Amino acid sequence: MPTLSLLLPLLLPLLAAPLARRLAEQLAPRAAALLLAGTAATLAAAAGTALALTAGTALLRLPPVAALGHLSPHWLPDSPYTATAAALALTATAALAVRTARRQLADLRRARAVVGPGTAALAVLDDERADAFALPGLPWQRGQVVVTTGMLRALDGPERAALLAHERAHLAGRHHLFLALAEYAAVLHPALRQLRTPLGYHLERWADESAARATGDRAATARAVGRAALAAAKAPRPDRPLLAPAAHTGPVPRRVAALLTPATRPRASATRTAAALALTACLALTAATTLDATTDLHRTVESAQAATR
Amino acid sequence: MPEPVPGPASPQRRSAGELESQVLAALWAAAGPLTPQEIQHALGDGLARTTVATILARLHDKGQVQRHKAGRGFAYTPTVEDAAGLTARRMHHELGRNQDRSTVLARFVSDLSSDDERLLRSLLGEA
Repeated sequence: MPTLSLLLPLLLPLLAAPLARRLAEQLAPRAAALLLAGTAATLAAAAGTALALTAGTALLRLPPVAALGHLSPHWLPDSPYTATAAALALTATAALAVRTARRQLADLRRARAVVGPGTAALAVLDDERADAFALPGLPWQRGQVVVTTGMLRALDGPERAALLAHERAHLAGRHHLFLALAEYAAVLHPALRQLRTPLGYHLERWADESAARATGDRAATARAVGRAALAAAKAPRPDRPLLAPAAHTGPVPRRVAALLTPATRPRASATRTAAALALTACLALTAATTLDATTDLHRTVESAQAATR
Repeated sequence: MPEPVPGPASPQRRSAGELESQVLAALWAAAGPLTPQEIQHALGDGLARTTVATILARLHDKGQVQRHKAGRGFAYTPTVEDAAGLTARRMHHELGRNQDRSTVLARFVSDLSSDDERLLRSLLGEA
């Protein structure tokens, strides 16, 4: 059934994305980030393929394309509305992907301009506002840790060591690639947008845990995160939007609380196993239907070719 | 699965690059020049004095710190690029304006709500 195998990859993310979020909450940070990124990549690839196959079939029916491929158009499925919708969705997706790429490149270029041409492992900006981030380098480069003097002055020695170790963990783990991937996945399927925030949180937690291990001091790492956030809030950028008091706890207090409790291995529970099984089923079904749709088109094209002979 | 991160490291086991960054960060955080003893104290993790001296010599060779005679030894300050430093400050403003759109730069801390701020202070044991 070609329609179902093309529809499932577009529908399954609605179920799989919330499942992945739930499962990630019960995993260690690194496993959670890998799970969210893997889920986003699989579902996005399948959704993109389904759209491309739907639009592609319609393309093959166009007389010039059919002639070029020696196809008999009558052998190809005729569904002009679906094909037009898929083609429109594909065009919109491509346009959004280009916009995302340009935005990301502009971000990196702007940051690179601020930091200057050097490649020192640590770049310090003489600015009273507390800020710190990891600036990824080109694929063969190591990247730089960028910190303002305002941030360095807000922390003591062990806290600064934790901050540097945290940013180094982002660079070593190439976390910016995870973040970029999540952006493109969100463009390919709207249901995957909900994976961006949890992925960002778990990447921060992953870097926090790396910093705690590298410095051997969970308490100092917790203080570094907390005091850095307070320092950054003290001198907000004038153009930063004012945040309304949130009803729920934001990511920073959760990170600090997690660091203040001793490192524990999350224990397997029945709900975790159930969520893992359901997610695996969703991903397997997505992969299988996408593969099915691809071979289906291939077979159709072959029969249409045979019909012209 | 083993994590690809080194385990709890003694200060001596940390890489040279790591230590250089820490010394540089301590110098930037300080209000004035620091002697090797003061740097050792600012790092606050029992690093040997000879190690601190070696790192300082390396940073000086790279031009990342400047030293001035102070008593019997030297005191160190981080090197500030003059003209470039000024542009950096202005450009950082630029960077801040677009902060909310940034999707690939992993920032150390995100914004706080007022509830977050209260909770954080209590977690850190501050009034």
